[in-house]
Amino acid sequence: MNAWANIRTIAKRELMGYFASPVAYVFIVIFLLLTGFFTFMLGGFFERNDASLTAFFVYHPWLYLFLVPAVGMRLWSEERRSGTMELLLTMPITTWQAIVGKFLASWLFLGIALLLTFPIVFTVNYLGSPDNGVIVASYFGSFLLAGAYLAVTCMTSAMTRNQVISFIVSVVICFVLILAGYPPVTEFLSNVVGLNQHWVEGIASFSVMTHFDWMQRGVIDSRDLIFFASLIVFSLFTTGVIIRGHRAG
Amino acid sequence: MIKVQNLSKVFGAKRAVDDISFSVERGEVLGFLGPNGAGKSTTMRMITGFIPPSGGSVSVGGFDIVDHPIPAKRLIGYLPENAPAYTDMTVHGFLSFAAEIRGLRGDAKKTAVGRAVEMCFLEGVLHQSVDTLSKGYRHRTCFAQSVIHDPDVLILDEPTDGLDPNQKHEVRTLIRKMGEKKAIVFSTHILEEVDAVCSRAIIIDRGKIVANGTPQQLREKSDAAGAVSLRVSGANGSAVSQRLAQVPNVRKTVIIKEEAAGVLVKVFPKPGANGALAQNVADAARDWRVLELHTEEGRLDDFFRSITMPDTAKEETK
Repeated sequence: MNAWANIRTIAKRELMGYFASPVAYVFIVIFLLLTGFFTFMLGGFFERNDASLTAFFVYHPWLYLFLVPAVGMRLWSEERRSGTMELLLTMPITTWQAIVGKFLASWLFLGIALLLTFPIVFTVNYLGSPDNGVIVASYFGSFLLAGAYLAVTCMTSAMTRNQVISFIVSVVICFVLILAGYPPVTEFLSNVVGLNQHWVEGIASFSVMTHFDWMQRGVIDSRDLIFFASLIVFSLFTTGVIIRGHRAG
Repeated sequence: MIKVQNLSKVFGAKRAVDDISFSVERGEVLGFLGPNGAGKSTTMRMITGFIPPSGGSVSVGGFDIVDHPIPAKRLIGYLPENAPAYTDMTVHGFLSFAAEIRGLRGDAKKTAVGRAVEMCFLEGVLHQSVDTLSKGYRHRTCFAQSVIHDPDVLILDEPTDGLDPNQKHEVRTLIRKMGEKKAIVFSTHILEEVDAVCSRAIIIDRGKIVANGTPQQLREKSDAAGAVSLRVSGANGSAVSQRLAQVPNVRKTVIIKEEAAGVLVKVFPKPGANGALAQNVADAARDWRVLELHTEEGRLDDFFRSITMPDTAKEETK
């Protein structure tokens, strides 16, 4: 109960921090512009002649690859750089409450940005009759995907007091998480490297692509949920270990 | 309220804090002195639970900071070095956050913020972003944060650093006033501050406590404590020092100034003179014209320098 109140206080502060600066609005505008660009230009939304949002969701792993680290890179590196971490961690809260609170605030922020794409849902419903269940599942999957990237960024941002380094490292990690299941890469692994099918599948199962793919098709499987949840928990746990490491000197 | 026992902290090969023990009770203001890099901040960070000690223990209000960090931290208000604050918030937003995280809600929060704002003179900048504040205001904002929950224990790391003389005076008055009801530890390297505020002072150097006592006691340990200054006319310097050398309780005499108007000498006492020196000197100077005669209290900065200077530097000054 008390823990939850602390988490909420921290999350509230963090969220206020986002909206106090123009960065939040700039981010939301860029996000909406880019989703529009990918959906209509690259995804060929109209040319598909298909009442679904596949063209919209299929680019999310790539879009998030840069946008989510941009949102999360300051989470801990800024605290370390400005010294407020000392303030925060000498308050009567535990480290994990601070980690979870900050993570939830950023995740919520990404959720708000994602929800603001709602006109596309109306558009596709106006033009045809899509399976709205699939759309809801896809939104849910996209939100989990953002959370997974964000948790990774949270971890890299605890590693350094430099936001740029934190950004680059998390982009690299997220890129690896995509590539492990990206069809050209999996084909390369099985055809050129000559790994057998089990290995390729094993590697691909570490990829966000594999799991996001299923959700995009409207399938919410416990395996995919567990994948995203464990990626988030693992990254946040590692964040805690890194922070404890700094403090111990 | 604060009990520090055999506390040490090792960074790599360096012992930043080496086996420090002291305690602070309610109603005490403890000044924490030492040259830069002596381990003051590290000690404070361990007391407030920011970094774990390598050895020893800290307890605050009976709670061990490592085993029961939350109840211990509840009792502490902390002003870290350089007074960090969230730059993306307004002063009011920042103080509200500090109050909320301390568990204050609703009216209690409002009164707490109001009290802290009044105490630190922040009314004028309440709705300004922390980003745009001058250093003095930012410092006071962080200070306000540390007293927002009216803590029993205050740990202040260089609370007057970067303030102008008026603000320094205000902060000192504030600390002294709060010190009547709280246990306060504050670090500084401004020695006059110790006299102005502390009931007790600890000097640490290279991680070790080298002196512990009231400012008065520390002053008395300085070389010049109890020395007598004498200014006379009607005799030349060598005659004065020759005669004074015969006087009981005199360890040595140093001629400070010799001019036509008179001779200024400083007479240092032997140990155990117990303030009798002034009378002895006065007796010896009876047939000169005495222009000035007084006993010196000793100076804190003399003492500070004599015990914290690296040994090599000490050799050089000799």
